[in-house]
Amino acid sequence: MTEVNLTVNGRRVRRDVPDAMLLVEFLREELRLTGTHVGCDTSQCGACLVHLDGRAVKSCATLAAQASGGTVVTIEGIAGDELHPMQKAFNDHHGLQCGYCTPGMVMSGIDMVKRYRAAGRELTEAAIRAELEGNICRCTGYHNIVRSIRAAAAEM
Amino acid sequence: MYPVTYHRPASVEEALHLLAEEEEAMALAGGQTLLPTMKQHLAAPSALVDLAACGLSGIRAEGGGLVIGAMTTHAEIAASAEVAAHLPVLGLVAAGIGDPAVRHRGTIGGSVANNDPAADYPAALLALEARIETDRRVLAAEEFFEGLFATALEEGEIVTRIHLDPPKRAAYAKFPNPASRYALVGVMVAETAAGIRVAVTGAGEDGVFRHAGLEAALDAEFTPDAAAAVRVSPAGLAADLHASAAYRAHLIAVMAARAVAAC
Repeated sequence: MTEVNLTVNGRRVRRDVPDAMLLVEFLREELRLTGTHVGCDTSQCGACLVHLDGRAVKSCATLAAQASGGTVVTIEGIAGDELHPMQKAFNDHHGLQCGYCTPGMVMSGIDMVKRYRAAGRELTEAAIRAELEGNICRCTGYHNIVRSIRAAAAEM
Repeated sequence: MYPVTYHRPASVEEALHLLAEEEEAMALAGGQTLLPTMKQHLAAPSALVDLAACGLSGIRAEGGGLVIGAMTTHAEIAASAEVAAHLPVLGLVAAGIGDPAVRHRGTIGGSVANNDPAADYPAALLALEARIETDRRVLAAEEFFEGLFATALEEGEIVTRIHLDPPKRAAYAKFPNPASRYALVGVMVAETAAGIRVAVTGAGEDGVFRHAGLEAALDAEFTPDAAAAVRVSPAGLAADLHASAAYRAHLIAVMAARAVAAC
């Protein structure tokens, strides 16, 4: 067992868990934050995407122990009194169908908007499509997801 | 994943001690290959020695070249002002690995120590004549990369830094597998102080290799046409459901020509 200390969505948590526990298992099973999904479980689909110390990572390819000492933000932690602009944009532009990949898409969208802004680069439609390489959606064909991220980028 | 004991030592010395202590221990870098491999039960170390807190991260310019810590992530290399100033081709290679989330955790040291036959860094480091520093010695890339997932690393030896000198010119061209985005064929062309270097990843049955025929042709005439005119033999190239050896041979000349055009 290993002691894992994390700040998750602004709340400090401490748990003793098996050393082999993945961050996504820690979030879902220990903290019951089930908004972060397991899709492929082979680190390709991005449904498990969360922010660790301000960077988008796949929580199915990260041990909880590796993350210990860090700060995690999940889909449950981005809205205030109102939806986050990225969530609202996915709603307004119908950027989902079944919704399974959506938490990862939203977290990926926020990450790319922040990174491009910090680097002073324009987040074009082509850039959004390239940035979504690690997020797979099997329903939408991506058009409305790209539209949602573009719209949210203008609001963030 | 099978049970494993996790360690996060605070120094390279402590990491080496932990690796030596337990026979089945493995060093853990970014984990973007090792953890999925463990989940598939293709690796089952008894202990993981996480190198994250050993001070092996960071990029510094030194003597006109670059020294890159083994735990520096692909995203850090892709976004580095030092890399952009001294070795922009390496930033482009890093920006093309995996996807953004994988680049946030995957490291250059982990990639070279794993020596995946379809990884991008081995071709880049071989063509750029990088020197790979470990806890006990410095190896030329040529000596370091030995074969399929095989390197010159001894039991319990860890990569600490990568040393690179800027080439006169260099470019990398990759034909990614459309699903996995790993290189079906990736070709790094570089003109270094020692001459023309052409390194190929994704295609060799025995991992990354230099192509003497392409190097000779480009030494005589450094043009895309000269590269495209080289008949690459399929002997020794990988064949699988993604591509035949003959197709990979064809792609090597095409990617070499594209890399020369981008130099």
